[in-house]
Amino acid sequence: MSTLAVHDHGVAHHEDDHGQHHHKATFLNTYIFSQDHKMIAKQFLITGMTMAFIAMILSILFRIQLAYPDKAFPLMETLLGRFAPGGRLDSNFYLALVTIHGTIMVFFVLTAGLSGTFANLLIPLQLGVRDMASPFMNMLSYWFFFIASLIMLSSFLVQKGPASGGWTIYPPLSALPKAMPGSGMGMTLWLISMVLFIASQLMAGINYVSTILNMRTKGMDLWKMPLSVWALFLTAVLGVLSFPVLVAGVVLLIFDRSFGTSFYLSDIVLNGTQIQPYEGGSPILFQHLFWFLGHPEVYIVIMPAMGISSEVMSVNSRKPIFGYHAMVYSLIGITVLSFIVWGHHMFVTGMNPFLGGVFMITTLIIAVPSAVKTFNWLATLWRGNIRFTSAMLFAIGMVSFFISGGLTGIFLGNAALDINLHDTYFVVAHFHLVMGSAAIFGMLAGVYHWFPKMFGRMMNERLGYLHFWLTFIGAYLVFFPMHFMGLDGVPRRYYAFTEFESMKQWLSVNTFITWAAIMSGVAQLAFLFNFIHSIFWGKKAPQNPWEANTLEWTTPVEHLHGNWPGEIPTVYRWPYDYSKPGAEHDFIPQTVPLSETMSSNLPHDFEDNPVGLEEHTKWASAQKSNEEVK
Amino acid sequence: MGFKHLINSKKILSLLAVFMLLGTSMLFAQGTEAAPAADAVKDNGLATAGYYILLFLIVCFIIGIVGKILRVFDLTQQIQGKNPINWNNVMGICCLIFLIAGAYGAYWEFTVHGSMILPGAASEHGVKIDEMFWTTTVLTMIVFVVTQILLFTFLFRYRYNKNRRGHFLPHNNTIEKVWTIAPAIVLTILVIFGFFTWQKITDSTDAKGEPASINIDITGHQFAWELRYTGRDGILGKTNYKLVTGINKLGIDFRDKNSYDDLQADTMVIPVRKSVRLNIHAQDVIHSVYMPHFRVQLNAVPGLPTFFKFKPTITTAEMRTKLDNPNFEYEILCNKICGGSHYIMKKIVRVVSEAEYQAWIAQQKPYLTDAVKKSLKFAVTEKKEVQPNRLALNN
Repeated sequence: MSTLAVHDHGVAHHEDDHGQHHHKATFLNTYIFSQDHKMIAKQFLITGMTMAFIAMILSILFRIQLAYPDKAFPLMETLLGRFAPGGRLDSNFYLALVTIHGTIMVFFVLTAGLSGTFANLLIPLQLGVRDMASPFMNMLSYWFFFIASLIMLSSFLVQKGPASGGWTIYPPLSALPKAMPGSGMGMTLWLISMVLFIASQLMAGINYVSTILNMRTKGMDLWKMPLSVWALFLTAVLGVLSFPVLVAGVVLLIFDRSFGTSFYLSDIVLNGTQIQPYEGGSPILFQHLFWFLGHPEVYIVIMPAMGISSEVMSVNSRKPIFGYHAMVYSLIGITVLSFIVWGHHMFVTGMNPFLGGVFMITTLIIAVPSAVKTFNWLATLWRGNIRFTSAMLFAIGMVSFFISGGLTGIFLGNAALDINLHDTYFVVAHFHLVMGSAAIFGMLAGVYHWFPKMFGRMMNERLGYLHFWLTFIGAYLVFFPMHFMGLDGVPRRYYAFTEFESMKQWLSVNTFITWAAIMSGVAQLAFLFNFIHSIFWGKKAPQNPWEANTLEWTTPVEHLHGNWPGEIPTVYRWPYDYSKPGAEHDFIPQTVPLSETMSSNLPHDFEDNPVGLEEHTKWASAQKSNEEVK
Repeated sequence: MGFKHLINSKKILSLLAVFMLLGTSMLFAQGTEAAPAADAVKDNGLATAGYYILLFLIVCFIIGIVGKILRVFDLTQQIQGKNPINWNNVMGICCLIFLIAGAYGAYWEFTVHGSMILPGAASEHGVKIDEMFWTTTVLTMIVFVVTQILLFTFLFRYRYNKNRRGHFLPHNNTIEKVWTIAPAIVLTILVIFGFFTWQKITDSTDAKGEPASINIDITGHQFAWELRYTGRDGILGKTNYKLVTGINKLGIDFRDKNSYDDLQADTMVIPVRKSVRLNIHAQDVIHSVYMPHFRVQLNAVPGLPTFFKFKPTITTAEMRTKLDNPNFEYEILCNKICGGSHYIMKKIVRVVSEAEYQAWIAQQKPYLTDAVKKSLKFAVTEKKEVQPNRLALNN
């Protein structure tokens, strides 16, 4: 009720004096502590991109170590100091790099950077809302995220280096400061940062869900929402339900570390003789709590990318998305199932084998909705009229990666096969394709597609093409060979492959992968240049550059607080009327009533509207008789 | 006339320019890559980095020039009233090229890197895992090839043409049902197949009539594995982490008489075609016993003893001839991040014949060494029991 009231107030306010605000727009409240969803979206995007570049540089650092394990790079010592004595990365610091790379990419880039940007931008704009349900909470969400990012990065400044127990921070390794240097102060900072991060995600998620459920414009029922909003909605629901469990896990870990409890610790002897006083805890408990978030988390990462890609592919194929309902139901299916598959990360942890069997069944079931989505994307392209915008290419790349990476999930979801593949490079290849590359491609597709909406200017398409091909090919070159390393039993998180005779054959492959990674890393500079250059000097964007149907393209190019200058438009149809036979153009925006497009209406458009259907049949028979007269 | 026309053609000219620029950049790349390798030894790498940055700037510059050339070309075409570059066609063709090149790349990967993977399983249950692996591989590869081909050929086939419209096809319930049910059936088969294999592998009880498995304790700590074999009685004595001392590394409880003949070993030697039960422990953090050749992996969790039963089928000697590698050894790796030296934590495994095994085990030393015996003299009294506890508290 209260949200409705706020909503009404907002409308009244803007209708009274649209364009003029009661409060004065200062630099501080426009660019920094802004409560406008579009500005917050940009803040999320730019922070997310910054974090992505940092995490990418970290990955290139440890890739160099893997490619040249015996070589010293004096420059590295100059740059990293005590973390790279003699020009070689310290093995503990290598693990720290891996850990922080994973943490930043999964949480700060692909969760906050992706959902944060596009949920903030698209939910109000595509649903016809003036702003989020709670703009203030929205702002808080960004600032919590920002502080969490700073704390995470600040862990590079502490004496013993950042957290280094892997992004999954399994105790006891992460709980015992004596177990490794990174489990000291660095781990504490990691935990503080994550608690703030989760607070940020919860505030954001609650905001997204309440905005979508309560504040849609007239005519925008749930089945008229674009798939991007559906995906962001279900992502937010997932986040709100699963992130609190991670907080619980993290808080118990903080207790174990700082207050002497034994939730996760038992029977521990350190350094051969130091008997620890912990009794009765279980390290497996943490893994359950972690993966109860951790698995939904991978869908939190991939679902917005799916939604964005669906939207971009439909617009640029000039075709309705194939099987809109099936797409929504498969998203819902993924959302529900993602809560009961977490155990597939724990097949070989010593969890009861019967549980392993159960989790295997649920895991392989989740492949069905994923398969449906893939086939529907292919069917969307079939007989389309495909415009290769940069956004479209990235959406296609997302589909290609999702197929390649998704199929290897069938191996890993099978408990028996997982015995030999668990924690090998096969896993690294799998998740970097299916959630790493696919999600980042979805995000980039979104950036290219909605850049005109965010900044009022166009990005350079040809530079976008270059960026796409280099990144796309680069990512395959990096991750495809890793599958075979995994099949040879090469474990992940190894500092060097020089200690085992059997792994030495992969050294040349590692060198190759590193160079491919550097190439794709450098390709991102094309994007960065394009992005920054276009913000200031890009071609001015027209109102609807992609000839899309959704509501965001009915807002003026120049941003204004409240999005629409006059009344919020009413929605009359679903968002995918592209290339409809009988229509004047190959797209019909959602704001065009069916009465204005009599020649292109189909009986299907009147499924729950008997009066309309009657009108339609009357009109159709009249047309027919007219033709007969002729 | 025709020749002159060819020379004048801007298309050819710009193409030539592109080729020349690409050529010089490649030459440059080779030159600079070769040069710093020699210098890197003496300087601190700044010069090398400088070379690479310079190289990068040159590449950027070239890309900028190519971009400008394309743009100028585009504009002149427009001025002359001809069609500008149709980027939709270019990208469509790129997709096709990518498909062909990618297909070859994938084929190359499968043949070259695919031949570097682990040899067939050297254990009984591993053979079943391998069978399932290959079934899954065949099924997924079919899907992989078909969907990627469809994806990229659709992109090429249906690239933009302003005279055409997309085919308005919002849904088709029949086809959607088909491709929901088809993967569901395939996955059901895989699930059933996998479920029973998994059940069988994880069932650790000795079947009736089967001789009891050989019990081996393997304990992980930072950063090594400790082994404990049973003596003649075939039973391992109890352990308690509170009893760990410098000379009793595993915390064996010597009040338990079964522990008197427990043996220590440096290498894990196991007889071929005999069931082995690994009892897996960890002392400090989580480790993971990973024996890739036997398709064995299970985490070693402090406070949660786990076990894995398997039956090796190929001896080390047989494997050496099979792989044509006289230095081959089976290995145990640690496959769960456990600290800075995680990557060197290994143990050699040797699969031998029954006779060799018996000869080997007869030479192993018990854990009850003279030093332990000496300390036990005092330990018979209650004092010994309290001491380690107190030590624990002091820590």
